[in-house]
Amino acid sequence: MRPAAYISQSLEIAVALAAAPLFLGWVNQCRAWLANRSAPSVLLPYRNIRKLFHKDAVLAENASALFRIAPYVVFGTMVVAAGIIPSLSGRLPLVAAADAIALVGLFGTARVFLSLAAMDVGTAFGTLGARREMMVGFLAEPALLMVIFVASLISATTALPAISAHLAGARLVIDPSLAFTAVAFTLVLLAENARIPVDNPATHLELTMIHEAMLLEYSARHLALMEWAAALRLFNYACIGFALFVPWGIAAGNVGPLGLTLAIPILALKLAVAGAGLALIETLSAKLRIMRAPEFLATAFLFAVLGLLVHVLLGGP
Amino acid sequence: MTPLPLNQQLLNACAALLLLLSFAMLSQRRIVSLVNLFAVQGAVIAATTLLVAWRTGETHLYFSAALTLALKVAFLPWLLHRLIRRLEVRWDTEPLLDISGTMLAGIVIVVFAFGLAEPITHLASTSMRNAIGIAVAVVLLAFLMMITRRKAMSQVIGFLSMENGLFFGAMSATYGMPMIVELGVALDVLVAVLVLGVFFFQIREQFDSLDLHHLERLGERR
Repeated sequence: MRPAAYISQSLEIAVALAAAPLFLGWVNQCRAWLANRSAPSVLLPYRNIRKLFHKDAVLAENASALFRIAPYVVFGTMVVAAGIIPSLSGRLPLVAAADAIALVGLFGTARVFLSLAAMDVGTAFGTLGARREMMVGFLAEPALLMVIFVASLISATTALPAISAHLAGARLVIDPSLAFTAVAFTLVLLAENARIPVDNPATHLELTMIHEAMLLEYSARHLALMEWAAALRLFNYACIGFALFVPWGIAAGNVGPLGLTLAIPILALKLAVAGAGLALIETLSAKLRIMRAPEFLATAFLFAVLGLLVHVLLGGP
Repeated sequence: MTPLPLNQQLLNACAALLLLLSFAMLSQRRIVSLVNLFAVQGAVIAATTLLVAWRTGETHLYFSAALTLALKVAFLPWLLHRLIRRLEVRWDTEPLLDISGTMLAGIVIVVFAFGLAEPITHLASTSMRNAIGIAVAVVLLAFLMMITRRKAMSQVIGFLSMENGLFFGAMSATYGMPMIVELGVALDVLVAVLVLGVFFFQIREQFDSLDLHHLERLGERR
């Protein structure tokens, strides 16, 4: 592999690390505008992370080593995931090691560590959040896998850059199976990133919280890493969505530095639109009771399976 | 993969949309929304008929599309809304047993329907023969809906939705039935809904509710 591929690989990870908090800030700003509040700065997540890194970490007395390792594991898996999702370029050396199914496994690893760490200290809130997270996760995972299966079936490969390149190469078509899977993917994105119909990201003390409940015991650099990882997860999910459903503009093949620099504003545009759309969905929907979450995710699964069936029936040559 | 012409893609999209609407009806709790979904289903079928008519140049399909539009998009939903108002069941919801379970059963049914339609697909010579599987699935999903519902109103909507599926099946297998048959079916559906509308009032008078479980008991009085 030539060094150009490594450059695009490291550039992609760097962009993901840098842009993830910005994307989160942008979504929060859109939400504030839609709710007619004065918006916080888009840079707020950066300041928050910086502030947290400068603080002294406090650990619970009975916290085990797992509690301390978890933030690094969660952050690390998210960085690796960012490395194998084609957001800027299709030429990624890391992809040889992990395909789309392994990507789902990476998200699963992060979820397991997050939940175990939350249960480690033994507070009521942490355990509650961990259990809910696992419930949402085990229902969202098959739906996400099914979404990836549909895309793989269409393009006959499980490597994300190849899928993305194949879908971008296709003519501009009205493909019902991809439309269904896009809806399924949006539902999974909302559930997995603790967005509004399933969880409220803006709350810190509420009986129904899921993600925040797991972070209650964390402080300082651990918390910073966890929050950064959460922003990265949202960014990664958005990029998977782009790779599958709006794959145009990702630099493929030997395009050189010009193609890469051109891919950055396109990605920024997609992120801006996606962030505004996400904020709109969140503003329009009300939070579901936790017992309704399985129904929500069953709908996502149903959409993905319908996409698969419709592809089998109608999509054939 | 050979590129499909645009109107074929549109037809496929319509077929997929019909399948989706069937699932939406299966999971809808509120009766008013159910009627609206039925109207949308009718509209999609009318659009499909128009597309097929435009593509094949069969004139009788234009009439058929107009008939569908008049009957299933305008008149029947209007009638059902009127009935809902008169029966004062506007805000009624039904307790559905288990939506996730019903959905999974629905998926199994769709797979079964696709398998069932496979041999028919090979026999048909129309350009949208692939959609026969979806038509069978819509019919079977409407069956499932009638099985899982208790209220008389939603059973009627299930029945109408089944008729929609049959119509769509006829269109995808043979570009529609002869005009006289279509007129007959349309009249049948119309009369059925009118008669069932009268039944609703009778049922409610007798049992004070539209729950059909009361009808399952034999005997003179409750």
